[in-house]
Amino acid sequence: MARVVVDVMLKPEILDPQGQAVQRALPRLGFDGIEGVRQGKRFELEVAEPVTDEALARIHELAGTFLANTVIENYTVRVEEGAAA
Amino acid sequence: MTGGGLGRIGVVTFPGSLDEGDARRAVRLAGGEPVALWHREKDLRGVDAVVLPGGFSYGDYLRCGAIARFSPVMEPLLEQARAGLPLLGICNGFQVLCESHLLPGALTRNDHLHFVCRDQRLRVERTDTAWTADYARGQEITVPLKNGEGGYVADERTLDALEAEGRVVFRYAGGNPNGSRRDIAGICNEAGNVVGLMPHPEHAVETLTGPTTDGLGFFTSVLKRLVTA
Repeated sequence: MARVVVDVMLKPEILDPQGQAVQRALPRLGFDGIEGVRQGKRFELEVAEPVTDEALARIHELAGTFLANTVIENYTVRVEEGAAA
Repeated sequence: MTGGGLGRIGVVTFPGSLDEGDARRAVRLAGGEPVALWHREKDLRGVDAVVLPGGFSYGDYLRCGAIARFSPVMEPLLEQARAGLPLLGICNGFQVLCESHLLPGALTRNDHLHFVCRDQRLRVERTDTAWTADYARGQEITVPLKNGEGGYVADERTLDALEAEGRVVFRYAGGNPNGSRRDIAGICNEAGNVVGLMPHPEHAVETLTGPTTDGLGFFTSVLKRLVTA
């Protein structure tokens, strides 16, 4: 079994009010010097078989059509090494 | 129109839909015959037009409308909408249409992060769509607005194209409630048969329960179009 991680983030030009709300709370909590926060999503896919190039291509397709809305979001796909033994 | 009777307008129920009852009632009050459609059936029952209602399909999980967009009913619906079937997406239905890429752009979290629930003034910008012929250009209407993720966004090029092609159908009047780009409340596809908007015309069809009856025009518009088609 292998784990494939898909990270989804709002594109830089899309306003992220949730990230802004998190950032505004930081000074109250005593965290200084953090100039920006953006909030995203992480998907961990447990893949039954070894992650072939073909399987990875399918996961890219899944990420681009379903996990992320590419109108407003970017995504990255990576195989997590040594995970889920 | 089938059978030469009333215009038959389908209203789809997804798991988590809330406003399909009001949408069907609005169709009936406008003089049409509402037809309940179920998300798991690839069958539109020969309807003449379809409404995707408001609500929280699939709990708004992943993104609003993202899972509903892959429901079995969407397959024939997208195909027929591309061929000219009148299709209206209200609130969550608008989100489904954007997720389906039948309409451009996306709906994001309200810029102030609060859920909005209020009577909202809208300006009608376009009156030659399937759903807005009974309004006058520039007319202001008031219908309820209720959502947490109603901020319309698209890249500048898409926004410019929507403006240039006259595809902004409704704009918020009297203040922008959610940070929507260029005050956009609703848009249509190139052919004008597919319209999506965040506010709820189906909640403004009777004085007993709505702030106005301004929403009725959506449904009378499409029914007239079916009669003359």
